[in-house]
Amino acid sequence: MAELVVDEELVTDCRQAAAEIADGVDKFISGLTTTSVERTVLRLLGVNGVDEEEVPVPNIMVRQLREAELLKEGSAHNLGRALLAGNYEIDELAGAVARGEVYLPDLIKKCRTSREEVSSFVRELTEKKARKIKEIRQEREDLKQKLSPGSRPWLYVIVATGNIYEDVRQARTAARQGADIIAVIRSTAQSLLDYVPYGPTTEGFGGTYATKENFRIMREALDEVGQEIGRYIQLVNYCSGLCMPEIAALGALERLDMMLNDAMYGILFRDINMKRTFIDQYFSRLINAYAGIIINTGEDNYLTTADSLEEAHAVVASQFINEELARRSSLPPELIGLGHAFEIDPELEDGFLLELAQAQLIRQLFPEAPLKYMPPTRYMTGDIFKGHLQDGMFNLASIITGQGIQLLGMLTEAIHTPFIQDRALSLDNARYIFNNCRNLGQELEFKSGGKIQARADQVLAETAEMLEKIAEMDLMQSLEEGFFAGIKRSRNGGKGSEGVLACSRYYYNPFADLFRKELSSQ
Amino acid sequence: MRDSGSDNRSGRKKKISGGWQEKSADVDLKLVRPYGDTLNDGQIQLSFTLPVPAGPEARAAGCTLLEKLGLKEVEVVHLRDLGEGFTFLIAYGRCPLSVDFTGIEVAQATTKTMSFQEINSFIDKHIGRQIRVVGACTGTDAHTVGLDAIMNMKGYAGEYGLERYPGFATWNLGSQVSNERLISKAVEVQADALLVSQVVTQKNVHVKNLTELVELLEAESIRDEFLLVVGGPRLSHELALELGFDAGFGPGTTPPQVASFLAQELAEREN
Repeated sequence: MAELVVDEELVTDCRQAAAEIADGVDKFISGLTTTSVERTVLRLLGVNGVDEEEVPVPNIMVRQLREAELLKEGSAHNLGRALLAGNYEIDELAGAVARGEVYLPDLIKKCRTSREEVSSFVRELTEKKARKIKEIRQEREDLKQKLSPGSRPWLYVIVATGNIYEDVRQARTAARQGADIIAVIRSTAQSLLDYVPYGPTTEGFGGTYATKENFRIMREALDEVGQEIGRYIQLVNYCSGLCMPEIAALGALERLDMMLNDAMYGILFRDINMKRTFIDQYFSRLINAYAGIIINTGEDNYLTTADSLEEAHAVVASQFINEELARRSSLPPELIGLGHAFEIDPELEDGFLLELAQAQLIRQLFPEAPLKYMPPTRYMTGDIFKGHLQDGMFNLASIITGQGIQLLGMLTEAIHTPFIQDRALSLDNARYIFNNCRNLGQELEFKSGGKIQARADQVLAETAEMLEKIAEMDLMQSLEEGFFAGIKRSRNGGKGSEGVLACSRYYYNPFADLFRKELSSQ
Repeated sequence: MRDSGSDNRSGRKKKISGGWQEKSADVDLKLVRPYGDTLNDGQIQLSFTLPVPAGPEARAAGCTLLEKLGLKEVEVVHLRDLGEGFTFLIAYGRCPLSVDFTGIEVAQATTKTMSFQEINSFIDKHIGRQIRVVGACTGTDAHTVGLDAIMNMKGYAGEYGLERYPGFATWNLGSQVSNERLISKAVEVQADALLVSQVVTQKNVHVKNLTELVELLEAESIRDEFLLVVGGPRLSHELALELGFDAGFGPGTTPPQVASFLAQELAEREN
């Protein structure tokens, strides 16, 4: 395998700085929870459904608890009290709240059970629900044993019709054409909804709503086509935005295989509040870890706004930070799909060499991570013929450097959401190049002192420098100063800050406790 | 130029002894047809998918469809089974129609694109102060690539963005900005121009966003206080005018084109 010389001391410095940065984040969010985390806990406990105005029951319950100043003790404990006080099953209680027959705080007032007893009742319930997630994870493992998920780099394509049933048709077609992974793009701006829509949906803009039912429909369809073609087709959705942990919970319950899940993406690209994001990302990743779901981080996005030549080190620095934060959510390296992209100006002489340097450096820095490699988008022009060739160069860089998850470029990028044939052409492109150059990387060596090695050296040195600078100030200040993607966000600004609240001394999140305990003993 | 040996497809060329300019003078601009490898051969390349299973019937269906479009000598050169009852086809055909090029008129936003220097001195001379521009991707649109290309310091295609021009003061509000917020910012900074970018066009969501902006401005009777400019991959000047904007810029637009328009249009309005 072609290998670069990597300065291990610098790498150690980078990881050390990333740990200091993560310490700062931990401190920043300690003692806090969010409405989205509390809704997630309710969902994990089995609260589902909507009221007649389509407001999800978890949202109603959390709103009621907050009104009565009860949320600071956590939604789980309060749900436990309500269940015990009314002698309800969870479904019954959810239904009663949806119909407006029960106002949770009133019911809770009637609870005569001691705090300890409520807590052990809740923890028992939690164990039962967690076992279910484990079974789903095991089911995935079994299916992957029986039907291979395909060889890496996995071929990842997107469907985005807005209509889940139309998505199914396109996804099944793509699977037959060789796709290993199907991502259902979310409807534009779902990331800014502070609730998860309900039921199957047939209208969306630029994508399809992520709902529990849509997840289930697509999972079933992919399992079915997978059985026919003898491959386990992996399903992806977006665990980001204001409902980050809720989507993680739904993904865990409906056997999604991957989730886009970045520690800073929401702050930078959706202007979501920092505290809200860091708290939500921590719990969402804990869920992903427990459910065995691979996360995909979003560093590729930096290069859509910042220059890929000048900002290459920001991508790597962010990967070190994402890795460390993910590790603190108990995600093992094989579930951390760090993202990057092939975005250098195609007019640049030797640009491909620089792409190779970046891809290979990242490969070596994170040897166990299933790296998520994103295709050219910024310099796609509408010239579909040139675009197809750019995508080919991207595929070549990937197979040489052993990337893990290949999000296929579309020749019609910058024109429209992919047509059915665009996806087929992209799959043909990737399969041709991957097959034709399968072991090319094994045959190559990077010239010592050559352009590729020099570029990698430069990027790593700049990465270490950037991480040390961030560690000195803290991550929040670096975001305020526009260190990533050239975007500046204020520490206390952004959307969703009203959903952040302080925990009382009695607060607990039984799922976080259980997941942490079980994952650390593995 | 190739030697004349490759010209044997057309007897016409042999009569001409001069250079390529004279030969191209053969184009009848009143009767323009697609050019494949010979003048007026009308060759068109197409690719599309039919929701039918692959096979000779799919091929025949593709040919029939293209013949119905009026194409002659249709040939389906490639057929690919996409699975689930879909077939992708690549085809060629000869187009028997022509267009009168002399009668083509296209609405264009700017009369003259000036250079960075020219624009700044134009503003200096004719406006005498900075042009104030507020830009945003409105509605749910999160794609700032186009807006950034025009507004940010770095610019696009080797041309600086508006931020770099001493003649402009700019506010780039970024993505997912509501029309209300855009307007209130514009009022606050006393903007001369609003620059709206719309990349997501699925189900014509951009049209809705753009119409709403104009309606809101009209409702507050401040439409005429601003130059309204929109850009995006599926936008034309014509569509922009139709929606009540002052100008629209499509794909490949560079910052000086937008800057030139703003400067000239504003100068005209103020003088």
